[in-house]
Amino acid sequence: MSGPLDQVARQASAWLRGGPLSEIVISTRIRLARNIRGFPFLSRADAQTRQEIAEAVHLATTRADALHDLIALNVEELDELDRALLVERHLISRQHADGSGARQVLFNPDEGCAIMINEEDHLRIQVMRSGLQIDEAWDQIDKIDDALEAHLDYEFHAQFGYLTACPTNVGTGIRVSVMLHLPALRLTNELEKVGQAARDMKLAVRGLHGEGTEAIGDFFQVSNQITLGRSEPEIIEDFRDGVIPKIVEYEQAARAALMQHRPAALDDKIWRAMGQLQHARLISSNEAMQHLSHVRMGIHVDRVKSIDLQTLNELFLQIQPAHLQKLRGERLNGEQRSVERASFIRARLSQN
Amino acid sequence: MGLCERCKKAQATFHLTNIDREGDKVERHLCDSCATDEGLLNPSKPTVDLNELLESFVASGQSARSELSNLVCEDCGISYVEFRNQGQLGCGRDYDVFAEPLARLIERTHDGGAAHVGKTPKSLGLARKPHEDLRRLRKQLDDAVAAEDYERAAELRDRIRALETS
Repeated sequence: MSGPLDQVARQASAWLRGGPLSEIVISTRIRLARNIRGFPFLSRADAQTRQEIAEAVHLATTRADALHDLIALNVEELDELDRALLVERHLISRQHADGSGARQVLFNPDEGCAIMINEEDHLRIQVMRSGLQIDEAWDQIDKIDDALEAHLDYEFHAQFGYLTACPTNVGTGIRVSVMLHLPALRLTNELEKVGQAARDMKLAVRGLHGEGTEAIGDFFQVSNQITLGRSEPEIIEDFRDGVIPKIVEYEQAARAALMQHRPAALDDKIWRAMGQLQHARLISSNEAMQHLSHVRMGIHVDRVKSIDLQTLNELFLQIQPAHLQKLRGERLNGEQRSVERASFIRARLSQN
Repeated sequence: MGLCERCKKAQATFHLTNIDREGDKVERHLCDSCATDEGLLNPSKPTVDLNELLESFVASGQSARSELSNLVCEDCGISYVEFRNQGQLGCGRDYDVFAEPLARLIERTHDGGAAHVGKTPKSLGLARKPHEDLRRLRKQLDDAVAAEDYERAAELRDRIRALETS
């Protein structure tokens, strides 16, 4: 079992390596939906058209000066495990992994930028940054979009802006998603405050992998829903100056309150989690994520000192099913994965 | 009895315990409507979208309106009803062909947003409106002054001046 992605699984993506406010904000992602004039949207595109779209985008990326050294993968030809690996690394969506017909992904080696071709729209451009870096992410994706636009004729409407296959994305075609780690708010049963803060700004809160996913290991994604009638800078401002500082403050307050009023409860969560991770012989990814989440909090409240954040961030990624099998170099069934996951975690934690 | 874990509004009436591909036990507690949305519950679904039915019902008697659902795009061949059932448009021209019903739908989805504001392709020669940047910079300047970050404030002031005189 070997393939183009064997090495990729060995390390964490650059966007997982800490950044501004990284004790709470894991990453900032911005994606733009774009379609090319002259081609139907994908629900009406036949095999030939999909191929032509892919070729047009490839040609544009080779000419675009903001993009170089891209790794190009033909998602249609990848096996299930490689596709799952790309989903776990947030390089492609589940929809793109499970889709059919000619479809590709291009990404740069540090995985900070990825372009999905023939997902729901002809192009889905994404930029991922560690911690809270919304302005930086916007500047980068804006430049990439400009560079592509110089070589592609985007579908653009005087009233509706950038046209998308689904009218929910029309206008700017932008989706900003900020991934947050909120263990203390969950422990203190205050997650409703997060939901309220997001609703006030007409933003959505979702689980780790976006749309339709549950919150695993206390990770939440906040993202915008409105793409028409508000400019990109206005949308970005809602996050940067509005909802994110508010949620970060809630989580910090919850952590401080736990330390001050319920230190035993806090320590119990952290050290039980640590004990489970160090001694379990069978562990599911959900259970492991939950314990890792508590240990991550333990590092940030200065309880856990034997594990560095880098190791922990890598574990979050590598205990997921596709990563585990890639690293092991063989396919494993559910129980075998639980065994492998437990021993992988034990080995990594004892190295520290 | 708890609330539906998905919408957190309605009473959970649908309870499912399952084993997922990981071999983990997964418990779901949903209300009927969310269970249906997730494809877990299959009520005898009317073949026509309920909204569509209501729209055409309200529109009955107004011939111009009821004809909306018969609209078909000549470019991609999709009808408005097909779009409402699958949620995906067939081509860019649909935004004009279905302009009237679509505009209402879009405004509802985008909290009243009816027209694009923001980035435009440079090839159209409609560069970003400078007044928009100015408004944003002025707000950032206010914030910087409030935060006593005078270095940033000075930088912002210069950028605003440059824009105002250009």
